[in-house]
Amino acid sequence: MKTLESILSVHPFFVNLESKYMALITGCASNVRFEAGEFIHRQGEEANSFCIIRQGKVALQVCPPHKNPVTVQTVSDGEILGWAWLVPPYHWQFDAQAVELTRAIVLDGKCLRNKCNEDHTLGYELLSRLLPIVGQTMEATRIQLLDLYGARS
Amino acid sequence: MTEKKIIDREGLNQLIKVLLDMGFQVAGPTLRDEAIVYENIQSIKDLPEGWTDEQDGGIYRLKKRSDKALFGYVVGPHSWKKFLHPPERRLWKATLNESDFEIIPEESDPRKFAFLGVRSCELHAIAIQDKVFLEGNHKDPSYQLRRENAFFIAVHCGQAGGTCFCVSMNTGPRAESGFDLALTEVIHDNDHYFVVETGSDRGMDVIKKIPNRKAEAREVEHADSKIAEATAQMGRVLDTTNIKELLYQNLEHPQWDDIANRCLSCANCTMVCPTCFCSTVEDVTDITGDHAERWQKWDSCFTMDFSHLHGGEVRTSTKSRYRQWMTHKLASWQDQFGSSGCVGCGRCITWCPVAIDFTEEVPKICGSENSNTAVTKENEAPHENS
Amino acid sequence: MTPSLYTVKKKIAESHDTFSLDLAPRDGSPLITFQPGQFNMLYAFGVGEVPISISGPAPGTSGLIHTIREVGNVTRALHQLKKGATLGLRGPFGSSWPIEEARGKDVVIIAGGIGLAPLRPVIYKLLEQRNQFGNIALLYGTREPNDLLFTKEFEIWRGKYGIQVKITVDTADSNWRGNVGVVTTSIARVSFEPAHTIAMICGPEIMMRYAVLEMKRRGVSEDHIYMTMERNMKCAIGFCGHCQFGPAFICKDGPVFRYDKVKHFFGIREI
Repeated sequence: MKTLESILSVHPFFVNLESKYMALITGCASNVRFEAGEFIHRQGEEANSFCIIRQGKVALQVCPPHKNPVTVQTVSDGEILGWAWLVPPYHWQFDAQAVELTRAIVLDGKCLRNKCNEDHTLGYELLSRLLPIVGQTMEATRIQLLDLYGARS
Repeated sequence: MTEKKIIDREGLNQLIKVLLDMGFQVAGPTLRDEAIVYENIQSIKDLPEGWTDEQDGGIYRLKKRSDKALFGYVVGPHSWKKFLHPPERRLWKATLNESDFEIIPEESDPRKFAFLGVRSCELHAIAIQDKVFLEGNHKDPSYQLRRENAFFIAVHCGQAGGTCFCVSMNTGPRAESGFDLALTEVIHDNDHYFVVETGSDRGMDVIKKIPNRKAEAREVEHADSKIAEATAQMGRVLDTTNIKELLYQNLEHPQWDDIANRCLSCANCTMVCPTCFCSTVEDVTDITGDHAERWQKWDSCFTMDFSHLHGGEVRTSTKSRYRQWMTHKLASWQDQFGSSGCVGCGRCITWCPVAIDFTEEVPKICGSENSNTAVTKENEAPHENS
Repeated sequence: MTPSLYTVKKKIAESHDTFSLDLAPRDGSPLITFQPGQFNMLYAFGVGEVPISISGPAPGTSGLIHTIREVGNVTRALHQLKKGATLGLRGPFGSSWPIEEARGKDVVIIAGGIGLAPLRPVIYKLLEQRNQFGNIALLYGTREPNDLLFTKEFEIWRGKYGIQVKITVDTADSNWRGNVGVVTTSIARVSFEPAHTIAMICGPEIMMRYAVLEMKRRGVSEDHIYMTMERNMKCAIGFCGHCQFGPAFICKDGPVFRYDKVKHFFGIREI
């Protein structure tokens, strides 16, 4: 069986992270598994976990009143689930529901953000890995807003 | 080169008659609606004797001449494209029988045109439209038929108009090729005659049928000096050096906005342009719904519909439509057909209701002020305190 | 300029607003030959003519199949046609996808909405000689799951031929088990060798703009990226002037263009 550290160190998010930080991060990590349909977190809940998807698919959903939930994004293999654990007020903005059996590593978000506060080099490392993802997500959201495929009328 | 001949006014009249007898529909300049336009003519009586045209940006005015010249004008709003590439034409008909239908192709146009008074710039314009309709992978058989049947009598320009710039575009004022016959009208002392050059065997055959005599050197000199006068009179100048690259590099130049503030998007420039070839199609049915026709009609890139794409238009602003027109004419035409799409006839300047002037705008967009007219205009700007 | 008459052999509902017409010459003459990416002008009696990409061959059709989205008068009239009905056809016209160029390379196909239709013949062409190509990926995006076309074929492409098929929609309800996100985000989810990849992109112009950016970011060179352009079109033979895009006539120089050849004009507003 692979160790958590060996799994984490090949995950795209952590590739080439210094080994002392890798060890530190592994210290607050645990293996988890979500069944299809299981909620990983709910909108408004405190964001205290940082979920690294190994395999599977998670839907980020909003549920408008009197309507069925709408999926606005899915994340899957090799991707990460959200950044609310690092950004005040540390609350989730969306529901996250496993669409299929999903295996992930969960990092203790609270522990991680404390470590980032203590060691700004680590903080910078994580932020510079998160920021491109935030940027891409925002770009994707903007393209989604354009409603590309609708007939213009 | 074959020797030049001389015919007089009566000889010209004979020429028209011979062509009519040969079955040609002779089209030439005539007066209508205070302009010189191209219509069917029967004799030299239909020609605009003693008239000339005064042209400038947004201005076209007929004026009496002091002589009896028959071709003493420059060009009017029409060009020969209205005959060769008609403003509207039925492409085919279709009839419905229950759920099935049949298409009936249009019969070919039996008319043969003889064009009298074709200017050099217009011959170039026709050669440019030939590239569009005859020299690509697809040929327009209807255009081809009219084109091949047509007989061309060029008339070299003896004067240039206020908006002419054929010298800049290398398209005139002397017609070099593409004609069956070419005339230079000479009025000297009390003489009024035409120096005739033949450009084809057909032309040779026709000239043999009318009274003519060999031209004397003195007469040819008079004719040449008339053409030289026109060359020296060009009302406008356009520097075409690197014009394609410069326009492509300046697609977002602020001058496009400046033009758009004046341009009415009226499409006049495209209608009078002798090279503009764009068309649209209209599908129509009669009241029973059983008979359908498809018509081709001139279209203009200045209309909103032109760029319609399911649910919206690509070129909504006047700026983008003017840019499309000018860059097509002067830049992308070169990529598409290997030559400029402009022959310097000046019609787009004359017939622009707000006098937008190609030759003034191009140097502004291309970032240089090397056009003579532009420089002159700037120097003329009033500076009270200078 | 005069259409030939064709008969509707089969009409297939592809989605809530999209259908396919399988056509054959009414007089029984042999089918026209065409290259993937080319299009025909289809004429509905009395209503008009529209350019429609050839979307086959596909299993169970004769080969000359056109997939049409109902967006205007003519496409609506074409939708009214029943099996056995007559329509007019001119074509095929235009340039084609670079299949030869792609031989021996990885192929990434990116399609948006109805943009999958002109790419489907490419997929079948690649499948015919599967071993001549490296990794093949199809990234396909639509607005919602019910806009997806040719869904029954995905599993065959995936299973039998090992094509990486990534489907994504812009938005979905919780019944949807697939991906949600824009099609460009799928590019990171497939494997290919950027230096030896041919990309073929067809979809809304803005989608293609971002897809090109993302492929370039992944290291695919501009002369290996092909895409299609769309403009108003009347004649399809370079006479009417409507389909000009900079120096190109989309009807004869396109609709498939190599990106580096048109990039100067691609993205300029209202061009």
